[in-house]
Amino acid sequence: MIEGAVWRKWVFYNIPLILFVFVLLFPFYWMIITTFRPDGELYRPWNAANYNPFWTNNPTIEHILYLFEETNFGRWMVNTMFIAAVSTLISLFCGVLAGYALARLNFPYAGSLGTVIFVTYLVPQTLLFIPLAEIIRNFQLGDTPWSLILTYPTFLIPFCTWLMMGYFKAIPKELEECARIDGASRWKAMLYIVIPVAVPGILSSGIIAFTLSWNEFIYALVFLSSPDEKTVPVGVTSELIRGDVFFWGPLMAGALLGSIPVAIVYSFFVEHYVSGLTGSVKG
Amino acid sequence: MAQVTLTKLNKYFDTTHVVKDVDLQIRDKEFMVFVGPSGCGKTTTLRMIAGLEAVSGGEIRIDDHLVNEVPPMDRDIAMVFQNYALYPHMSVASNMAFGLKMRKFPKDQIQQRIQRAAGILGIEGLLQRKPRQLSGGQRQRVALGRAIVRDPKVFLFDEPLSNLDAKLRVQMRVELKKLHERLAVTSVYVTHDQVEAMTLGDRVVVMKDGWVQQVGEPLELYNQPANRFVAGFIGSPAMNFADVTLNESNGQAVAEAPGLRIVLPGELAARARAKLNGGAKATLGIRPEDIHMAGAADSPDHCFDASVEVVEQLGSEILLDTRVGEALMVASIDPTVRVRAHDVLKLALKPTRLHLFDSQTEMAV
Repeated sequence: MIEGAVWRKWVFYNIPLILFVFVLLFPFYWMIITTFRPDGELYRPWNAANYNPFWTNNPTIEHILYLFEETNFGRWMVNTMFIAAVSTLISLFCGVLAGYALARLNFPYAGSLGTVIFVTYLVPQTLLFIPLAEIIRNFQLGDTPWSLILTYPTFLIPFCTWLMMGYFKAIPKELEECARIDGASRWKAMLYIVIPVAVPGILSSGIIAFTLSWNEFIYALVFLSSPDEKTVPVGVTSELIRGDVFFWGPLMAGALLGSIPVAIVYSFFVEHYVSGLTGSVKG
Repeated sequence: MAQVTLTKLNKYFDTTHVVKDVDLQIRDKEFMVFVGPSGCGKTTTLRMIAGLEAVSGGEIRIDDHLVNEVPPMDRDIAMVFQNYALYPHMSVASNMAFGLKMRKFPKDQIQQRIQRAAGILGIEGLLQRKPRQLSGGQRQRVALGRAIVRDPKVFLFDEPLSNLDAKLRVQMRVELKKLHERLAVTSVYVTHDQVEAMTLGDRVVVMKDGWVQQVGEPLELYNQPANRFVAGFIGSPAMNFADVTLNESNGQAVAEAPGLRIVLPGELAARARAKLNGGAKATLGIRPEDIHMAGAADSPDHCFDASVEVVEQLGSEILLDTRVGEALMVASIDPTVRVRAHDVLKLALKPTRLHLFDSQTEMAV
């Protein structure tokens, strides 16, 4: 905490905090207000007499209706949800096992192997999509959800592995040793003791992995082409920007609706999530 | 019924040799304490008995079974860890039940055993709590309870009291002793605290740098330390040491240092003559509690002048940090005596309580 005079608290704490919160939340406000503004207001010139970008007196749901009636938005949501959920599950399964192995099993080169896995996470997707496209084509997976479900783990597994490795390392070794003396095999000690204790860490990597795949753009853009197969980020941008015309109302409505599931997931697990990121294991 | 036998036990971590040729026979129902400074190999030895560390050389037998390659789960041991290692996501009852569930005990028997252990430890009221809702002392009891319910052949304790505050530590020490008397299970206890070692152990192993220095009953270590390290490690405040030269004068063996001239009593003198040459350097050891204010009964052969540097009034005794020639000596004296810093006192020591160590080998003479 900042100590001393009241002005110090305002200058060094309250005002920066308010600015920070404003900067973070303003885009959401903009998204919401644009979603509910009628086209007449949206495309009004900035120098018009009744120009008012920050408020609307005539809220409308026409953009949301447009989204569901004129585009495949519902379908895109289902696609995105399915792809994100399955690829997150695959990545979590692999990440938890690999993270445990790297953190706990003393095999040669465990340390360097961990680093190598992290380096693969650093390879930019903008490079990786080219060889991956070739692979997807050879396996004839193009334009199916599996093209994404199987490629998202290429960056999700290293991420989950790395996060889980750190979390497992923070769990006292004695817990496991005690379990093994108590009569559990290594496998059972992991199943009954280590993994339940690591639940906050597993949830946080799960949530972040889910968000990463929910928002992923490049692979989805490259590997999916028919409107029915698209995910929300790709669908919204490809169908609602035609040429150089931006359909701002539906675009923002799509963005808003697309971010709601993620927000729900976050708020549901927020307590576990925070303790997972700060790595606290209470004994 | 269980005895643990260590034969030429060795442990290397890469190239570091941490446990060296440990030979030890832990008898059935015995409470054996390993004591020594950090890094002396005592915890590693315990972990090898537990099966948590691989054995680099030698043998570990529990009863007559060679257990070198037996996994921890099959050794029928229970261990209490320094940080308790309670499973944080389980209630106290589930913590205690875990080992029995893993061994597929029937439910009613698990319940019965938990109730019995909880009764012994006075934690019946805590069974439904989670470990984080417990105080340090309560966690300690649960960790003990988890070991008791298993009814194992051997209990292993790895510095179980060192995370408790001083008062609670003393209390738990007494309870551990009572518990051992009641359960009479072979126990191996590791600590760096010599008071715990002295009070708890049926026998004590003193270790240093991976070597066993001495094995014996607590009083044996206190009265007849095998070498200078054991002499200095056991006993609080620690034994005083003075570097002396041994001389013969009028047919008596005399230990001399600047400001100090002590005639060695007959038996010690005989041993000194047998083992050390005249004029040899040696280390004289005397415990603070064997020094007192000189009185009429004390022969001048066993008296010396000490200049007081610090007076520590403890109530039950006074500890004097004094300077005797070049040596520093601590004396524990009668609390009724009035002493101030910078006083010069005449102190006397009990000649029968003198210890003498070879300066080169540091072994007791």
